[in-house]
Amino acid sequence: MTTQTPSSDTAILTIDGLTVALPRGADRRHAVKGASLDLFPREILCVVGESGSGKSVLSAALMGAVPKGLAIESGRILLQGKDLALASERELTRIRGRDIAMIFQEPMSALNPALTVGEQIEEMFVLHTDLAAEARRARTRALVEAMHLPDPDRILASYPHELSGGQCQRVVIAMALALDPKVLIADEPTTALDVTTQAQVLKLIRELKDSHGHGILFITHDFGVVADIADRIAVMRGGEIVEIGTAQQVLTQPAHDYTRALIAAVPSLTPRAPRAARTAEPVLEISNLEHHYGRTKALNDISLTLRRGEVVSIVGESGSGKSTLAKAAIRLIDPTGGAISVSGTPFLALKGGALRQKRRLIQMVFQDPVGSLNPRRTVGEMIARAAILSGASRAEAIRRAEDLLDLVGLQKSAYHRRPAAFSGGQRQRVGIARALAMHPEVLIADESVSALDVSVQAQVLELLKSLQEKLNLGILFITHDLRVAAQISDEIVVMHKGRIVEKGPAEAVLLAPKDAYTRSLIDAAPGRGSI
Amino acid sequence: MIRLVRPYLTHPLVAVGGAVTLLWLVLALFAPLLAPFDPLKTILPLARPLTPAPGGGTLWLGTDMLGRDILSRLIYGARTVVLYSTLATLSAYAVGIALGLSAGYLRGRVDAALSFLANVVLSFPVLVLYIVIIVVIGASPLNIILAVVFSSAPAIFRIVRALTIDIATRDFVQVARTQGEGSLRIMLVDILPNATGPLAVDFCLRLGYTAITIGTLGFLGLGLPPPTPDWGTMVNEGKAMAIAFPHLVIFPCIAISSLMLGLSLLADGLKELSEAKGRGA
Repeated sequence: MTTQTPSSDTAILTIDGLTVALPRGADRRHAVKGASLDLFPREILCVVGESGSGKSVLSAALMGAVPKGLAIESGRILLQGKDLALASERELTRIRGRDIAMIFQEPMSALNPALTVGEQIEEMFVLHTDLAAEARRARTRALVEAMHLPDPDRILASYPHELSGGQCQRVVIAMALALDPKVLIADEPTTALDVTTQAQVLKLIRELKDSHGHGILFITHDFGVVADIADRIAVMRGGEIVEIGTAQQVLTQPAHDYTRALIAAVPSLTPRAPRAARTAEPVLEISNLEHHYGRTKALNDISLTLRRGEVVSIVGESGSGKSTLAKAAIRLIDPTGGAISVSGTPFLALKGGALRQKRRLIQMVFQDPVGSLNPRRTVGEMIARAAILSGASRAEAIRRAEDLLDLVGLQKSAYHRRPAAFSGGQRQRVGIARALAMHPEVLIADESVSALDVSVQAQVLELLKSLQEKLNLGILFITHDLRVAAQISDEIVVMHKGRIVEKGPAEAVLLAPKDAYTRSLIDAAPGRGSI
Repeated sequence: MIRLVRPYLTHPLVAVGGAVTLLWLVLALFAPLLAPFDPLKTILPLARPLTPAPGGGTLWLGTDMLGRDILSRLIYGARTVVLYSTLATLSAYAVGIALGLSAGYLRGRVDAALSFLANVVLSFPVLVLYIVIIVVIGASPLNIILAVVFSSAPAIFRIVRALTIDIATRDFVQVARTQGEGSLRIMLVDILPNATGPLAVDFCLRLGYTAITIGTLGFLGLGLPPPTPDWGTMVNEGKAMAIAFPHLVIFPCIAISSLMLGLSLLADGLKELSEAKGRGA
């Protein structure tokens, strides 16, 4: 990580007092308010903020693509002295791609599925240069090689769906760099990637900056990534830039309270203090579980034990089988082999009515706080219904719902509101209350905090921890994020390609990992060592 | 409440479509109060529009060959159309929703069997199907409803099935399953209410089609038995003399088209609004 102050060059991109108005009736008047910053060649300027901070509108404004309904009210965007806010659509088309290029969050949707990767990169030269076919192909191949993609010829002839997410993102970066733009805008370019892939892509972006001297505006919500990559940092909140400075300054001596709070909310990789010896009776026992999707083995000989009052985290990247494991444990899918016992009940043998009755024993909090609540029902109805299903009377269920709202930190008035009235973090609290209303013995949290902003994530983690202690719950915590797992786990189970590669007490796994894959996960955790 | 209704009232398509539809609804509802004459009484045969009636008043739209006031017959005819199209469409919806939910949520053999049946019915041209059914079982109010249910329910089934399959993959349905909620309640409480947007749009359109169908059946002589005032039957009866007396045909045709147009505009408007809402969320 470099922390030098910007070189003495003049800025290639200057944003001066940019204000973008939101449509009337929005919760605030401006998406971006009076934002000013300079981007110099050969630097990575990270714009950090939580959802709704205005960072994405800011980046869209730079590309001359402010979302419909929004309008640039005042301010200038100067690209080497030319004001983009005043440029015509025709001028912008020429500038985009050649002088300023963008990398998006979702590499798969940024690529055309009907064309090969080679054709798509070459298209950039067809549109913007007069190069002959031979020269175009040579440049394309050189680009792909510079992205450290293995077997460039095969990659060039492949369609996007034949590549992995990380490979696609490198192709997108190659396209962005094709015309050697002066400014590169990267909007959450690694958020959709697994940590190990993210680490590789971040390394690539850093190398490109050094070798090509682009100015890179890197938009992200993740302070870990920032710590890894930023030369300078701008912190946004509610549409305003609250703090801007060199990476070292902002990370070690943040001037603004909000920056301090954001940095403090980043979970650390240090494991939770070990608790008393775990001897309580097991509430969930999984033995030799197997599951096949067609010929693929999604779960391969999985065995683990969760005791009352204990948190076991399942950590793995996409495709590791961790979500399949969760679905099998709550019987959303029927695994092809093995056994699961919940509080001594052989769970996989249950059928029909008997299964419905025992389902209350094991409940799940889902990842997506929007999708997991029925938009047509009130929060109270949903929680009370869960209580009724677990055997409570109507009056008792309503009382339990009210108590639970209080327990998860929501107001009484929440009872009669529908999900749309709540923020993501609040909705996740509702999901937790609904799961608890059934008095489960086991709670499965499937990526339950990954869709949340980091400050909200910390609060929900804290809530889960306190509930687990108060109610003596067994929690199976499924996550891709080792930092989050470190915060909450007594035991960590690392999964890779459907197998358990390592399991043990949290401090042993995090501080003295035995397996090579676990070590690579820990090494890839962004911002390691700085935050 | 006002905030909830307001976007609907200020949307031009919804406002115009709703107003036309509402006009026919009011005319149908209050026909005895609003119709200037008895629709079955002979006043003056084949009077042109705007002829003064012998007993006072004006025959605004003229009379038919039996001397009955066309305006009054249109107003009373609205009752037939509004009542039977609504009843028939609602019944078709009841059947389509019940089967669509079951097929889309339970899948497997239930789905395969129901989808096959639906495809068989849908492979017939709708009008031919109506005619065959009415010719076989006879023309009566109940049979017209049965014919509409038989030919519309498969299309509704398909829409509901597709919506159900989509909604059933959402997490809140999975949550209900893991809570041990029964299938019937999941379908009715978790899935159906979340499918109402597209269904409301389709309902308006289908109501219009049914109105046209009932008109067509009347025109083909397969409608309600005379002397019940019925728009399609009026066109049918007037067609022989339409060259000499165009008013016999034109006004019933305008009545049918205006109701159809009103409902279509309403459907388009609702669709735009629900799409806008989808984007906003």
